[in-house]
Amino acid sequence: MTFRRYLVIAFICVSGAIGDFCLKLGMSHVPQITIDHLGQTVLAVFQPLVFLGIILLIGFFSAYLTALSWADLTYVLPATAVGYIVIALLSRLVLHEQITGYRWAGILLIAGGVGFVTRGPAKTTVNPDIPVTDANMAIPTQDGATV
Amino acid sequence: MITPSNLYTWGFITSIVLFSTAGDVLLAKAMTRIGDLGELFSRVGLFAVVRAVFSSGIFLAGLLCMSCAFFSLLVALNWGDLSLVVPAAASLTFLGNALCAKFFLGEQLDSRRWISLVLVVAGVALLAH
Repeated sequence: MTFRRYLVIAFICVSGAIGDFCLKLGMSHVPQITIDHLGQTVLAVFQPLVFLGIILLIGFFSAYLTALSWADLTYVLPATAVGYIVIALLSRLVLHEQITGYRWAGILLIAGGVGFVTRGPAKTTVNPDIPVTDANMAIPTQDGATV
Repeated sequence: MITPSNLYTWGFITSIVLFSTAGDVLLAKAMTRIGDLGELFSRVGLFAVVRAVFSSGIFLAGLLCMSCAFFSLLVALNWGDLSLVVPAAASLTFLGNALCAKFFLGEQLDSRRWISLVLVVAGVALLAH
Protein backbone atom coordinates (compact mmCIF):
# COMPACT_ATOMS: atom_id res chain seq x y z
CA MET A 1 0.00 0.00 0.00
CA THR A 2 1.38 3.37 -1.03
CA PHE A 3 0.62 6.74 0.55
CA ARG A 4 -1.51 7.67 -2.50
CA ARG A 5 -3.67 4.56 -1.94
CA TYR A 6 -4.19 5.44 1.73
CA LEU A 7 -5.32 8.88 0.53
CA VAL A 8 -7.88 7.23 -1.78
CA ILE A 9 -9.21 5.20 1.22
CA ALA A 10 -9.40 8.40 3.33
CA PHE A 11 -11.26 10.23 0.54
CA ILE A 12 -13.80 7.34 0.33
CA CYS A 13 -14.46 7.66 4.09
CA VAL A 14 -14.94 11.44 4.13
CA SER A 15 -16.84 11.95 0.84
CA GLY A 16 -19.18 9.01 1.51
CA ALA A 17 -20.00 10.19 5.04
CA ILE A 18 -20.58 13.85 4.11
CA GLY A 19 -22.54 12.76 1.02
CA ASP A 20 -24.90 10.60 3.12
CA PHE A 21 -25.19 13.44 5.63
CA CYS A 22 -26.25 15.90 2.88
CA LEU A 23 -28.80 13.36 1.60
CA LYS A 24 -30.30 13.09 5.10
CA LEU A 25 -30.53 16.88 5.48
CA GLY A 26 -32.02 17.23 1.99
CA MET A 27 -34.55 14.39 2.41
CA SER A 28 -35.72 15.96 5.69
CA HIS A 29 -37.09 18.83 3.58
CA VAL A 30 -39.04 16.48 1.27
CA PRO A 31 -42.57 15.31 2.19
CA GLN A 32 -42.60 11.65 3.29
CA ILE A 33 -42.59 9.33 0.27
CA THR A 34 -44.99 6.38 0.33
CA ILE A 35 -44.92 3.19 -1.75
CA ASP A 36 -47.71 4.67 -3.97
CA HIS A 37 -45.59 7.69 -4.91
CA LEU A 38 -42.07 6.28 -5.38
CA GLY A 39 -41.66 8.57 -8.43
CA GLN A 40 -41.19 11.43 -5.96
CA THR A 41 -37.68 10.09 -5.23
CA VAL A 42 -36.67 11.29 -8.72
CA LEU A 43 -37.99 14.82 -7.98
CA ALA A 44 -36.11 14.78 -4.65
CA VAL A 45 -32.85 14.74 -6.63
CA PHE A 46 -33.45 18.43 -7.48
CA GLN A 47 -33.45 19.42 -3.80
CA PRO A 48 -30.14 21.40 -3.45
CA LEU A 49 -28.76 19.41 -0.49
CA VAL A 50 -29.70 16.10 -2.13
CA PHE A 51 -27.98 17.32 -5.31
CA LEU A 52 -24.83 18.26 -3.32
CA GLY A 53 -24.93 14.84 -1.66
CA ILE A 54 -25.10 13.18 -5.08
CA ILE A 55 -22.07 15.18 -6.31
CA LEU A 56 -20.10 14.03 -3.23
CA LEU A 57 -21.27 10.44 -3.73
CA ILE A 58 -20.12 10.53 -7.37
CA GLY A 59 -16.65 11.46 -6.02
CA PHE A 60 -16.99 8.64 -3.45
CA PHE A 61 -18.01 6.18 -6.18
CA SER A 62 -15.05 7.08 -8.42
CA ALA A 63 -12.60 6.61 -5.54
CA TYR A 64 -14.37 3.36 -4.52
CA LEU A 65 -13.99 1.95 -8.05
CA THR A 66 -10.31 2.94 -8.04
CA ALA A 67 -9.80 1.12 -4.72
CA LEU A 68 -11.59 -1.99 -6.00
CA SER A 69 -9.21 -2.06 -8.98
CA TRP A 70 -6.21 -2.73 -6.69
CA ALA A 71 -7.76 -4.19 -3.51
CA ASP A 72 -10.21 -6.93 -2.50
CA LEU A 73 -13.81 -6.09 -1.66
CA THR A 74 -13.26 -7.65 1.79
CA TYR A 75 -10.33 -5.23 2.31
CA VAL A 76 -12.00 -2.05 0.98
CA LEU A 77 -15.23 -2.42 2.99
CA PRO A 78 -13.69 -2.66 6.50
CA ALA A 79 -10.92 -0.17 5.62
CA THR A 80 -13.49 2.47 4.66
CA ALA A 81 -15.67 1.86 7.75
CA VAL A 82 -14.11 4.96 9.35
CA GLY A 83 -16.85 6.76 7.39
CA TYR A 84 -19.42 5.44 9.89
CA ILE A 85 -17.49 7.11 12.69
CA VAL A 86 -17.58 10.38 10.69
CA ILE A 87 -21.37 9.94 10.29
CA ALA A 88 -21.78 9.37 14.06
CA LEU A 89 -19.77 12.52 14.82
CA LEU A 90 -21.74 14.59 12.25
CA SER A 91 -25.02 13.28 13.71
CA ARG A 92 -23.83 14.38 17.16
CA LEU A 93 -22.29 17.74 16.29
CA VAL A 94 -24.70 19.02 13.62
CA LEU A 95 -27.98 17.12 14.08
CA HIS A 96 -27.49 17.03 17.89
CA GLU A 97 -28.34 13.32 18.03
CA GLN A 98 -27.11 11.70 21.25
CA ILE A 99 -24.03 9.43 21.18
CA THR A 100 -24.66 6.78 23.84
CA GLY A 101 -22.15 4.46 25.47
CA TYR A 102 -23.17 1.78 22.94
CA ARG A 103 -22.28 4.08 20.06
CA TRP A 104 -18.89 4.97 21.53
CA ALA A 105 -18.25 1.21 21.96
CA GLY A 106 -19.27 0.74 18.29
CA ILE A 107 -16.82 3.44 17.22
CA LEU A 108 -13.99 1.70 19.12
CA LEU A 109 -14.82 -1.69 17.56
CA ILE A 110 -14.86 -0.19 14.04
CA ALA A 111 -11.52 1.52 14.66
CA GLY A 112 -10.10 -1.83 15.87
CA GLY A 113 -11.45 -3.65 12.79
CA VAL A 114 -10.02 -1.04 10.43
CA GLY A 115 -6.61 -1.16 12.14
CA PHE A 116 -6.64 -4.97 11.89
CA VAL A 117 -7.48 -5.27 8.17
CA THR A 118 -5.22 -2.47 6.94
CA ARG A 119 -2.16 -4.29 8.32
CA GLY A 120 -2.80 -7.25 5.99
CA PRO A 121 -2.47 -7.63 2.21
CA ALA A 122 -4.91 -5.58 0.10
CA LYS A 123 -5.26 -8.15 -2.67
CA THR A 124 -5.60 -11.95 -2.53
CA THR A 125 -6.80 -12.47 -6.11
CA VAL A 126 -5.35 -11.45 -9.44
CA ASN A 127 -6.96 -10.74 -12.81
CA PRO A 128 -7.21 -14.08 -14.64
CA ASP A 129 -6.49 -12.27 -17.93
CA ILE A 130 -3.14 -10.87 -16.67
CA PRO A 131 -0.18 -13.19 -16.02
CA VAL A 132 0.90 -13.29 -12.36
CA THR A 133 4.19 -11.42 -11.84
CA ASP A 134 6.08 -10.07 -8.84
CA ALA A 135 4.65 -6.66 -9.74
CA ASN A 136 0.95 -7.52 -9.44
CA MET A 137 0.98 -10.20 -6.72
CA ALA A 138 0.97 -9.12 -3.09
CA ILE A 139 3.55 -11.14 -1.19
CA PRO A 140 2.69 -11.39 2.52
CA THR A 141 5.62 -11.28 4.95
CA GLN A 142 5.74 -12.95 8.33
CA ASP A 143 4.17 -9.98 10.13
CA GLY A 144 1.25 -9.85 7.66
CA ALA A 145 2.46 -6.78 5.76
CA THR A 146 3.03 -6.93 2.00
CA VAL A 147 6.07 -6.26 -0.12
CA MET B 1 -44.97 -2.45 17.70
CA ILE B 2 -44.81 -2.32 13.90
CA THR B 3 -45.58 1.19 12.72
CA PRO B 4 -45.73 2.30 9.05
CA SER B 5 -42.54 4.26 9.73
CA ASN B 6 -40.70 1.13 10.98
CA LEU B 7 -42.09 -0.91 8.12
CA TYR B 8 -40.87 1.55 5.49
CA THR B 9 -37.49 2.06 7.19
CA TRP B 10 -36.68 -1.66 7.58
CA GLY B 11 -38.30 -2.62 4.26
CA PHE B 12 -36.08 -0.19 2.38
CA ILE B 13 -33.02 -1.09 4.51
CA THR B 14 -33.55 -4.68 3.28
CA SER B 15 -33.78 -3.39 -0.28
CA ILE B 16 -30.52 -1.42 0.18
CA VAL B 17 -28.75 -4.54 1.52
CA LEU B 18 -29.84 -6.79 -1.37
CA PHE B 19 -29.04 -4.29 -4.13
CA SER B 20 -25.77 -3.10 -2.49
CA THR B 21 -24.46 -6.64 -2.05
CA ALA B 22 -25.21 -7.54 -5.66
CA GLY B 23 -23.80 -4.20 -6.85
CA ASP B 24 -20.59 -4.45 -4.79
CA VAL B 25 -19.83 -7.97 -5.99
CA LEU B 26 -20.49 -7.07 -9.65
CA LEU B 27 -18.39 -3.88 -9.44
CA ALA B 28 -15.52 -5.71 -7.69
CA LYS B 29 -15.61 -8.39 -10.40
CA ALA B 30 -15.57 -5.76 -13.15
CA MET B 31 -12.75 -3.70 -11.61
CA THR B 32 -10.59 -6.80 -10.98
CA ARG B 33 -10.93 -7.68 -14.67
CA ILE B 34 -10.10 -4.14 -15.83
CA GLY B 35 -7.04 -3.85 -13.54
CA ASP B 36 -5.41 -1.02 -11.57
CA LEU B 37 -7.10 2.19 -12.78
CA GLY B 38 -4.19 4.40 -11.69
CA GLU B 39 -1.73 2.33 -13.70
CA LEU B 40 -4.12 2.21 -16.69
CA PHE B 41 -4.62 5.98 -16.52
CA SER B 42 -0.87 6.68 -16.63
CA ARG B 43 -0.48 4.24 -19.54
CA VAL B 44 -3.43 5.04 -21.85
CA GLY B 45 -5.09 8.22 -20.48
CA LEU B 46 -8.44 9.16 -18.98
CA PHE B 47 -10.64 8.59 -22.05
CA ALA B 48 -9.45 5.00 -22.47
CA VAL B 49 -10.01 4.33 -18.75
CA VAL B 50 -13.59 5.66 -18.92
CA ARG B 51 -14.22 3.62 -22.09
CA ALA B 52 -12.78 0.46 -20.50
CA VAL B 53 -15.00 0.88 -17.43
CA PHE B 54 -18.25 1.78 -19.20
CA SER B 55 -17.90 -0.90 -21.90
CA SER B 56 -17.94 -3.62 -19.23
CA GLY B 57 -21.36 -5.32 -19.02
CA ILE B 58 -20.62 -6.51 -15.47
CA PHE B 59 -19.85 -2.90 -14.44
CA LEU B 60 -23.13 -1.66 -15.97
CA ALA B 61 -25.11 -4.40 -14.16
CA GLY B 62 -23.36 -3.38 -10.91
CA LEU B 63 -24.15 0.28 -11.58
CA LEU B 64 -27.84 -0.58 -12.09
CA CYS B 65 -27.92 -2.43 -8.75
CA MET B 66 -26.17 0.49 -7.01
CA SER B 67 -28.70 2.93 -8.53
CA CYS B 68 -31.57 0.84 -7.10
CA ALA B 69 -29.74 0.79 -3.73
CA PHE B 70 -29.37 4.58 -3.91
CA PHE B 71 -33.09 5.23 -4.47
CA SER B 72 -33.90 2.75 -1.69
CA LEU B 73 -31.52 4.77 0.54
CA LEU B 74 -33.37 7.99 -0.30
CA VAL B 75 -36.72 6.50 0.75
CA ALA B 76 -35.21 4.91 3.89
CA LEU B 77 -33.65 8.26 4.91
CA ASN B 78 -37.00 9.91 4.25
CA TRP B 79 -38.56 7.69 6.97
CA GLY B 80 -35.73 6.79 9.37
CA ASP B 81 -32.83 8.36 11.33
CA LEU B 82 -29.48 8.79 9.59
CA SER B 83 -27.74 7.16 12.55
CA LEU B 84 -29.93 4.05 12.14
CA VAL B 85 -30.34 3.67 8.36
CA VAL B 86 -26.71 3.96 7.24
CA PRO B 87 -25.05 1.79 9.95
CA ALA B 88 -27.80 -0.87 9.87
CA ALA B 89 -27.69 -1.18 6.08
CA ALA B 90 -23.88 -1.19 6.11
CA SER B 91 -23.47 -3.91 8.75
CA LEU B 92 -25.88 -6.27 6.97
CA THR B 93 -24.26 -5.49 3.60
CA PHE B 94 -20.81 -6.31 5.10
CA LEU B 95 -21.99 -9.81 6.02
CA GLY B 96 -23.56 -10.41 2.60
CA ASN B 97 -20.45 -9.13 0.85
CA ALA B 98 -18.08 -11.27 2.92
CA LEU B 99 -19.94 -14.44 1.96
CA CYS B 100 -20.38 -13.41 -1.69
CA ALA B 101 -16.71 -12.33 -1.98
CA LYS B 102 -15.62 -15.78 -0.80
CA PHE B 103 -17.94 -17.77 -3.04
CA PHE B 104 -18.31 -15.56 -6.15
CA LEU B 105 -15.02 -13.60 -6.23
CA GLY B 106 -12.70 -16.28 -4.80
CA GLU B 107 -11.21 -13.89 -2.24
CA GLN B 108 -9.18 -15.53 0.53
CA LEU B 109 -10.79 -14.62 3.83
CA ASP B 110 -8.03 -15.36 6.34
CA SER B 111 -8.50 -15.05 10.10
CA ARG B 112 -7.35 -11.39 10.01
CA ARG B 113 -10.16 -10.45 7.61
CA TRP B 114 -12.81 -12.46 9.45
CA ILE B 115 -11.84 -10.83 12.75
CA SER B 116 -11.88 -7.35 11.23
CA LEU B 117 -15.25 -8.00 9.55
CA VAL B 118 -16.74 -9.27 12.83
CA LEU B 119 -15.35 -6.22 14.69
CA VAL B 120 -16.73 -3.80 12.07
CA VAL B 121 -20.16 -5.51 11.88
CA ALA B 122 -20.43 -5.53 15.69
CA GLY B 123 -19.29 -1.91 15.80
CA VAL B 124 -21.76 -0.78 13.15
CA ALA B 125 -24.56 -2.73 14.90
CA LEU B 126 -23.72 -0.93 18.16
CA LEU B 127 -23.81 2.41 16.31
CA ALA B 128 -27.38 1.60 15.26
CA HIS B 129 -28.37 0.72 18.86
